[in-house]
Amino acid sequence: MKRALFQLVAAGLTALLAAAAGAQQPVRIGIVTFLSGPAAGPFGVPARNAAEIMAESINAGRVPAPYATKGLGGAPIELVIIDEAGGPQKQVAELRNLAQRVDLVIGYISSGDCLAVAPVAEELKKFTVLFDCGTPRIFEDASYKYVFRTGPHATMDNVSTALYVLERRPNVRSIAGINQNYAWGQDSWTDFEAAMKALKPGIEIKTSQMTKLFAGQFGAEISTLLSSGADVIHSSFWGGDLEGLVLQGAPRGLFDKHVIVLSAGEPAINRLGTKIPDGTIIGARGPFGPFAPDTEFNRWFRGVFQERFGVPPNYASYKMTNALLGVKAAYEKAQKAGAASPNQERIIAAFENLTFEGVGGTVKMSLGKGHQAVMDVAVGTAKTVGGEFRIVDIKRYPADQVNPPEGVKSEAWIRSGMKTK
Amino acid sequence: MTDLAAVVFDGVVYSSWLFMMAAGLTLIYGVMRILNIAHGSLYALGAYVGASLVGAWLAAGYPPVGSYALLLAAALLVGLVTGPLLERGLLRLMYGRDEVVLLLVTYAVFLILEDVIKLAWGVESLVVAEPYALPGNFHIGTLAYPVYNLILIGAAVVIGLAVAWGLYRTRQGKLLLAVIHDREIAAAMGINVGRVYLFTFTIGAALAAAGGALTAPAIAVSPGIGVEVIVLSFAVVVIGGLGSLGGAALGALAVGIVRSAMVRYWPEGELFSVYLVMALVLIARPKGLFAAPEARKI
Repeated sequence: MKRALFQLVAAGLTALLAAAAGAQQPVRIGIVTFLSGPAAGPFGVPARNAAEIMAESINAGRVPAPYATKGLGGAPIELVIIDEAGGPQKQVAELRNLAQRVDLVIGYISSGDCLAVAPVAEELKKFTVLFDCGTPRIFEDASYKYVFRTGPHATMDNVSTALYVLERRPNVRSIAGINQNYAWGQDSWTDFEAAMKALKPGIEIKTSQMTKLFAGQFGAEISTLLSSGADVIHSSFWGGDLEGLVLQGAPRGLFDKHVIVLSAGEPAINRLGTKIPDGTIIGARGPFGPFAPDTEFNRWFRGVFQERFGVPPNYASYKMTNALLGVKAAYEKAQKAGAASPNQERIIAAFENLTFEGVGGTVKMSLGKGHQAVMDVAVGTAKTVGGEFRIVDIKRYPADQVNPPEGVKSEAWIRSGMKTK
Repeated sequence: MTDLAAVVFDGVVYSSWLFMMAAGLTLIYGVMRILNIAHGSLYALGAYVGASLVGAWLAAGYPPVGSYALLLAAALLVGLVTGPLLERGLLRLMYGRDEVVLLLVTYAVFLILEDVIKLAWGVESLVVAEPYALPGNFHIGTLAYPVYNLILIGAAVVIGLAVAWGLYRTRQGKLLLAVIHDREIAAAMGINVGRVYLFTFTIGAALAAAGGALTAPAIAVSPGIGVEVIVLSFAVVVIGGLGSLGGAALGALAVGIVRSAMVRYWPEGELFSVYLVMALVLIARPKGLFAAPEARKI
């Protein structure tokens, strides 16, 4: 009898201990970002750095309010970081492996990778947060339960730059483009061209250069753009292609004779700085980097990032941070709804239509049935002042002005004149 | 008229760049029958070493004119270090095996070197634009072009002439041609085939590195720049005929000018311009423009 009682007590204690330990079980987060290849420098590694420093800060409870609690509602974060390089097929295989090792996945910079992994995440029923990729097609062409995107999609990049250009140069009569010949470049140009046509009917398209990704050399393209006589030249170039365009175009007068719009130009600032000619219009795919509002939260983030890595955070760092903050906000909202250690379904329910404070501004999960974020966006102009690179004439556009309403596809919304609600 | 002149000039600049890579690749294939995928990494190494040397030179406050010599020094340094290392240390152990095995070996070297570059330089790009902008511009009609483009064309012409002279006018070159013609007979006649291989691979590596180093001032030297290069230079070499220097020159010129015309008149077609030239040439001449006829051995 005594022995049976002892066994019962021992079993009970063990269960209690397990439950106590369970409450503090770490949440394992898979981070997928480019660690090699051309996208690693401008996006992948700055995003990885942000994930690491934010995980440390969240676990230590050092993030300013409203994120001052330790971990995700007390549960520490553990990161499992993998490389996004290798293409969509490889990423699908990687996700199938990763899904078994982690509680949720935050990742993906390439639109091609996002389009490929989203249905697989859904099939695996694995909570997945896309943080950076731009294509609006993710939630416009499909509907997901387990997939979210905390970064705004690319439509607003090109709508906002079109508005910015026409507010400053209302007499623009012609445009041209130089974009990379894959989903990102094609979608960006389509949106910019359509937005300019909608805002200024009759505008002439001089040429649309579609270059091979990472071609690096643009002599013939620059000659064609220079000869085109276009008033405005749009480019969504990034990484080495963007830097190559500036290095090869500036000495030839491309930036003097035309208004150049670099819709994803912000990550190049850290490396090119004053080599970016004055008057270049620059976007950051959201209110990020030098476009972020000067709040205490933003100052804290820039400070810890700069101190650790020696460079300021760029938009990829901001977007990774917002993904982690979004997960933390959803987790803790689910906790408040009554589950001490909420399961995936409860976290997802809490995440849908959530509004949370991101670094750079408020993030509203208001599109894609509550799975796609919108944010305000800002556009500015490059200017070197006293030997120092600055972004001046910054104009902020509210999210509602530059994003389609829920249920309307971006392309149709732009073509119909971008009416706000 | 300006349009046409611009198409031709842009095409020739691009061809010069292509030729510098293709020359080394075709030389190595002609002599050693190795399709050297690692050629792309040697190009990238040339660009990284060139950009680093010039960056350090300029940071120390030395006159920017010296940076041109440093770019050439970078090419020599990369060629003289990696060429013998790869040929003596690795490829020598593989001779006599199937061409496909050697292709895989050089692919492995390519992957390893890509990671070595990442280890040494990280993933951030290097930008040293001073040598590109320093000589100023000249004009074709209303279009401004950097004088640096003329330096690139000059470098390609000098490299082409020097390699041709070396091959056809020197004793060492004639030994090399004998090895190309028939390795076994050449060895039987007392030619040190191993030394010819070492010599050829080192020259080829230096040419790849020269291409990289001379391109570095015009681009952002960043991870993955060697990938694009290897695909393009293979196409050029195939168009010209594997192993033919003249073929590589003509192939580069054809690809450069067709690409440049496509960019101006039909930008959507630019993506496949290289392959269009390749397909047309291979339909007419399946072994490329100048492939040497192969004696049938029984």
